[in-house]
Amino acid sequence: MTLMWIIIIILILIIGIYIGVYNGLQKSKIHAQEAWSQIDVQLKRRNDLIPNLVETVKGYAKHESETFEKVVQLRNQLTQIPASDHTEKMKVSDELTNSLKTIFALSENYPNLKANQNFLNLQEELTNTENKIAYSRQLYNSSVAFYDEKLVTFPSNIVANLHHFQKMDYLETPATEKEVPQVKF
Amino acid sequence: MLYQQIARNKRKTTFLLIIFILILALVGAGAGYIFANNAVVGIIWAVLGSLVYLAIVLHNPANLVMSMNHGREIHEQDDPELWHIVEDMALVAQVPMPKVYIINDPSPNAFATGRDPKHSAVAVTSGLREGLNREELEGVLGHEFSHIRNYDILVSTIGVVLVGVISFISSYAARYVWWFGGNNKRDNDEKNMSPVEAIFKIIAVVFVFILGPLSASLAQMALSRNREYLADAGSVELTRNPHGLISALEKISGGKPMKKADRSSAGMYIENPFHNQGWSHLFDTHPPTADRIKRLEKM
Repeated sequence: MTLMWIIIIILILIIGIYIGVYNGLQKSKIHAQEAWSQIDVQLKRRNDLIPNLVETVKGYAKHESETFEKVVQLRNQLTQIPASDHTEKMKVSDELTNSLKTIFALSENYPNLKANQNFLNLQEELTNTENKIAYSRQLYNSSVAFYDEKLVTFPSNIVANLHHFQKMDYLETPATEKEVPQVKF
Repeated sequence: MLYQQIARNKRKTTFLLIIFILILALVGAGAGYIFANNAVVGIIWAVLGSLVYLAIVLHNPANLVMSMNHGREIHEQDDPELWHIVEDMALVAQVPMPKVYIINDPSPNAFATGRDPKHSAVAVTSGLREGLNREELEGVLGHEFSHIRNYDILVSTIGVVLVGVISFISSYAARYVWWFGGNNKRDNDEKNMSPVEAIFKIIAVVFVFILGPLSASLAQMALSRNREYLADAGSVELTRNPHGLISALEKISGGKPMKKADRSSAGMYIENPFHNQGWSHLFDTHPPTADRIKRLEKM
């Protein structure tokens, strides 16, 4: 009689732990996905701001049309990439970041542009968005690290294997992005 | 390195908080013994009194502390850049957006306060806002967000309350002995008092007068010193960039002392607002800046 109770209690404990571990895995996966959507929100926000920036700067810096074309082209390219392709999206996004930096570096040569309130607002908004992209990337990477750690550590690795949880990939920061762009005339 | 430091600092904070409450009980016991010949009554009064005071303060500590320090609340349109940096830090620290305040003072400084991450506020002085670039502001605000995330804001609010209660009991006891020490009642008491009892009373008086407030402020200082190292480490964890905070700390420590900071909130600031130049570093609310920079450089 007592033996049966012990077995029942152990079974309940095992099932309880199993459910807890499974939910923990699901939660950290959703958390990482949420962190990605944070990045996406900022990418969209930046895409909305870019046409305004180009319009504002164009009038002042007529000779730089090549730079504008590249920014607009990258922006359009970014909207075509499917949401699931994180790596490709980040690659184009990094290129766009660098082109935007070039535009802001250009503005140094046009005093009237630098004094334009509309341009200053746009610059702050875009800097803000760039920073938000960087910080949400960092958040995404730490959420992924937390999730991936669960996939390889005991006992969650057993549950993860049974339910075919897939490892998620980090977003790599390219070395060039950490440098300030050099603009020469 | 980063995570070990955080764990070690958390243990120290708990330990110091326990010492703090013990000192409060001892001072309460001493005062109870002086007034009513009953130490237990004193302990009960001290603990009950501080709990009531604590409950009142904790209802809305952010507003109270901000008005004590002459802070003015701002919104996004008042200072977009500052607002956006705070937003960034809230995003990466995964805490709700705190209220943002500006303190009109040319001395560069900042602090965070509140009860928990949902009821928190950060304040920067106008001197800090104007003198620092974006990277440095991120370092400083990262430091403040670590205080919020680690619930340091709660610990420091409790610290302010307990030190307040201990110095209240002590100064009340001092006034009592000063004004009523020579009246008839005490003469009657003295006739009935045995020499041993008299010695104990003198010890209790000395303890409550000197040791109580002294050890209370020592404990508060030590508490905040450890918290500063922890928050520096936390800032690097959030910004992944020790250089911003290092150059910010250099600028802050080189600035002038603040004009009218609230004395009991001094421990909350990122750097001691009065820049103490005293005979002893026992009462410093903050670790030496050079020491903080050295630790940051190792990260």
